[in-house]
Amino acid sequence: MSLSTQQLEEAYAEMLRIRGFEERAQELYAKLHFKGSTHLGIGQEAVAVGTRLGLQDGDLVAPTYRGHAYALAWGMTSFSLFAELLGREAGSNHGRGGSKHMGSAELGVIPGNAIVAANLPIACGTALRAKMDGDDEVTVVVFGDGATNQAAFHEAMNLAAVWDLPVIFLCENNLYSEMTPIKDAVKVDELSIRASAYGMPGVRVDGMSVGAVADVVSQAAARARSGQGPTFIEAMTYRYCGHMPGDLCDYRTREEEAEWKSRDAIEACETLLIAAGKTPAETAAIRAQVEADLNTAEAEALASPLPDPSTINRGAAAWMETSR
Amino acid sequence: MSARELPYREAIREAIQIEMQRDPDVFIMGEDIGSYGGIYKVTKGLYEEFGPERVMDTPISEAGFVGAAIGAAMVGKRPIVELMFMDFSLVAADQILNQAGKQRFMSGDDFRVPMTIRTQQGAGGGVGAQHGQSLEALFMHIPGFAIALPSTAADAKGLMATAIRMDDPTMFIEHKTLYAEKDPVPEGEYLIPFGKAAIRTEGSDITLISYSASMLPTLKAAELLKTNHGINAEVIDLRTIVPVDWATLTASVMKTGHGIVIHEAHRRGGVGAEIAAELTQRTWGTLAAPIARIGGLDIPIPFSPSLEAVWHIQPEDIVNTALRTLKK
Ligand SMILES: Cc1ncc(C[n+]2csc(CCOP(=O)(O)OP(=O)(O)O)c2C)c(N)n1
Ligand SMILES: [Mg+2]
Repeated sequence: MSLSTQQLEEAYAEMLRIRGFEERAQELYAKLHFKGSTHLGIGQEAVAVGTRLGLQDGDLVAPTYRGHAYALAWGMTSFSLFAELLGREAGSNHGRGGSKHMGSAELGVIPGNAIVAANLPIACGTALRAKMDGDDEVTVVVFGDGATNQAAFHEAMNLAAVWDLPVIFLCENNLYSEMTPIKDAVKVDELSIRASAYGMPGVRVDGMSVGAVADVVSQAAARARSGQGPTFIEAMTYRYCGHMPGDLCDYRTREEEAEWKSRDAIEACETLLIAAGKTPAETAAIRAQVEADLNTAEAEALASPLPDPSTINRGAAAWMETSR
Repeated sequence: MSARELPYREAIREAIQIEMQRDPDVFIMGEDIGSYGGIYKVTKGLYEEFGPERVMDTPISEAGFVGAAIGAAMVGKRPIVELMFMDFSLVAADQILNQAGKQRFMSGDDFRVPMTIRTQQGAGGGVGAQHGQSLEALFMHIPGFAIALPSTAADAKGLMATAIRMDDPTMFIEHKTLYAEKDPVPEGEYLIPFGKAAIRTEGSDITLISYSASMLPTLKAAELLKTNHGINAEVIDLRTIVPVDWATLTASVMKTGHGIVIHEAHRRGGVGAEIAAELTQRTWGTLAAPIARIGGLDIPIPFSPSLEAVWHIQPEDIVNTALRTLKK
């Protein structure tokens, strides 16, 4: 699947939107506009955007706590994501979830999960539904390299394989789980080889290339839709930022960071666009438009109200007691 | 014994350090606890002092490494396991509840599991529904673990050292909002027994029973009751919920005739239910009112600050319940 200029341009704008959103999230956190934590994927944008490009409308995504990119790629507005980040009533989860749990039933975004690997079995369930009902829908579940060491990962991989579920296991291998380098956590050099143990194909892809990601995802989706079951994709990528605010990244070298940044997916996409005949003025205009839209969304979210404390039972089951 | 001011996190670290120096069989493992020093920096410096063999970084495999700690403990080691967040204990729940807590009894006392699980819990600062739960009641319900929830730095040090030396599995539950709280901590070896509550404030009108970070609003409420209402509350810090110091609790409630149990964990099925029921039986006849409970609301912890504030117990909630209990 090679991307048309139109698709490249959309991917470019979408990656810019995601990065711009996350850079603003970083600032909002630093300025104490919200608390808790936030896990950013600055540098990893091509994986989310490429994945969405390789799928169809109606396909589901189940991200992690590092999930802003997927919510945005699945069509969530910057405003509703900003508002959720800030704990506002207008947020995607009405302020109940926060950065780690962005989700939307309408858009097909299963809430981001703050328990490592917990969304893998859940994704088997959404895929099982599609299979039971004879629907053409695929679920892609996202997780990190570190998540492949959880029991839930192994159980879900086996279930999906043995039941031929229409699910794609998308591993964002950013070489670290929190501060632990991958070589201290797994003994194999390539995670994709783990797939063979469950009887499903495993592929490694350059996660800094939006086209390459779209390609392997569309192949995996075709396989899933034709009833052949799951695929494991290992997308090699890198988070330029820390695991969380306050993480100084002193467990890795500045050289390693520079080497990955030199392969930046957004820059690479821009180069492709120029090669396809776009002018620098046109790419600059796209950047400016994305920035302007993000500024508006951020300002609107900051001006929107917090949930009224009297609505605390929104989302609570009938028997839950919400008073003292 | 001389004492100096230390923050809670450093008091815990000091206990671990001293025990690791005393006993070569003590080791610690967990996620990012080595050169990084742990997400809350409790183990900072231990890796440098004791090396990677005794301060082990693990993959994100809670069921796996808790199980490994149990096995090592059954054959002579004294592992300390850090679970980064209490919420993740559920990923290892089989190892904790079906395995660790049963080996001694099931084996006819052939095997013991001198393992300490260290973890932290508690809501606050927008950690949300999956990183802020207080789950002690789950582990209290199943026989097996002794459970400590210290509220002060000194208690944290003394209870941690005792936990490591105990021959049965212990769960040591820290609170994320207490790590920077300082108070005088004795130097050198310092042990506090499990099952001994601390009376923090003496009083004759009502007994306020709490533990961990909920001690803060409880102590504040006692002050408010005194200054605004002339009510003398006796404040008891449980320190350990398994075993419970029934003698101290019973004596206090028999004296005051009134009691409230306060904890951040959900009220329904919580530690407070157990304490209130048991105390009612033990003090029936001297009670002037039912023992009340105050706990976290019966919903997941909301992220938004406006809702999280409602979720948290405020000193006023305790004051109001006390006035109701005292029919004032
Ligand atoms: C069961 C569980 N254990 C530990 C954690 C704490 N934790 C959050 S993210 C993380 C690292 C995950 O690494 P990886 O899977 O590589 O994903 P990345 O964060 O790099 O995207 C850890 C250990 C958690 N959230 N859940
Ligand atoms: Mg990772």
